[in-house]
Amino acid sequence: MELVIIAAAIMLGLGALGAAVGMGLLGGKLIEGTARQPELGPMLQGKMFLLAGLIDAVPIIGVGIAMYLIFVVAPSVGA
Amino acid sequence: MAGENPASTTEYIQHHLQNLVYGNHPESGWGFAQGAQEAAEMGFWAFHVDSLAWSLGLGILFCWLFRYAANRATTGVPSGVLSFVELVVEFIDGSVKDSFHGVNKMVAPLALTIFVWVFLMNLMDLIPVDLIPYLLAQAGVGYQKIVPSTDPNITMGMALGVFILMLYYSIKIKGTGFIKELTMHPFNHWAFIPINLFMETVGLLAKPFSLGLRLFGNMYAGEMIFILIAMMFAAGAGGGIAAGGIHAQIFGEHTNFLFWLAVFALVCGVCWLNLKGKITTGKTVLIAAIIMTLSGGVFAFAGGLMQWGWAVFHILVITLQAFIFMVLTIVYLSMAHEDH
Repeated sequence: MELVIIAAAIMLGLGALGAAVGMGLLGGKLIEGTARQPELGPMLQGKMFLLAGLIDAVPIIGVGIAMYLIFVVAPSVGA
Repeated sequence: MAGENPASTTEYIQHHLQNLVYGNHPESGWGFAQGAQEAAEMGFWAFHVDSLAWSLGLGILFCWLFRYAANRATTGVPSGVLSFVELVVEFIDGSVKDSFHGVNKMVAPLALTIFVWVFLMNLMDLIPVDLIPYLLAQAGVGYQKIVPSTDPNITMGMALGVFILMLYYSIKIKGTGFIKELTMHPFNHWAFIPINLFMETVGLLAKPFSLGLRLFGNMYAGEMIFILIAMMFAAGAGGGIAAGGIHAQIFGEHTNFLFWLAVFALVCGVCWLNLKGKITTGKTVLIAAIIMTLSGGVFAFAGGLMQWGWAVFHILVITLQAFIFMVLTIVYLSMAHEDH
């Protein structure tokens, strides 16, 4: 049971880590780009949201699986 | 909660993640599965009736709505549904013009269908998790998942459709150039053909796979969190009046759904009065908070607040995922149309 919880924790933690790095780079570059050429702002923002969704997908799948492990698999293994 | 008051939270979650399956059971023949075990025994040729019915129904709703608007389109200033449909069509038209560089009359309608259909399927996530499954359980339907995009069969099926279109247009537009692209692409030398073929095939297959799995994963995780928050409503039961509210005083530890339905209707009514301008927004929030705290205690109030917060965040997610599915479809088809 403990190992399942630890697996879920690693899953959540590493997923969050990767997504945070990705989102940070993305947001930073967006601000950089908009500062250089403010007239491109709306276009860049649209592209950023698309890429944010792409980055978001993998960790959120991890969150879903981790929740399943914590609340469904772990109790049934422990019992 | 849903149906027969599942004993534990684990059973509650599993009950919510189980589709209504119709298939051929090796022992009892054709019929609806009673539980996950029986559904698994039905094997590959079993139908998820709820996913099929909800997705088909939403598809028909989309066709009807857009046909209704198209029939009434005028050159004048649009209003109501018409302006909404016009907005969506123009938005899709812009996206397709931005990312699609070939000549194909089918891509824009395809993009429109994908966007609106996926959006509607995702939108079912915002309906309170227990509401429709419970009402159907009263009518004798044991299992119900109302969000079709939390079913991998639906999302992978759509991705497979896109994949077939990709292959069709690649072969139609490029002809032998498609084979050349698969075999000669990263390293342009005959000795590298097996390596090229392997890399390009993996790249090709990864596209529909990630497309379907991304939508499924996002919706599944979102639904999971809604279900987990929904368990908050029962958390205070058995506690005092502060933790469990009126509900715990009357019904004890057993959850009475009709009570919750009445509370839900009451809160909806207050919100409706606010929409009609009868009471101010501040008062609406206050009255709704008082109703929730009185009826279910602090846990129910916190649960309601969290459901609302996650639902607001989820509006962004469902729109974004529908948009991403559409844009990637356009981009993949655009790549299939590029002849080198």
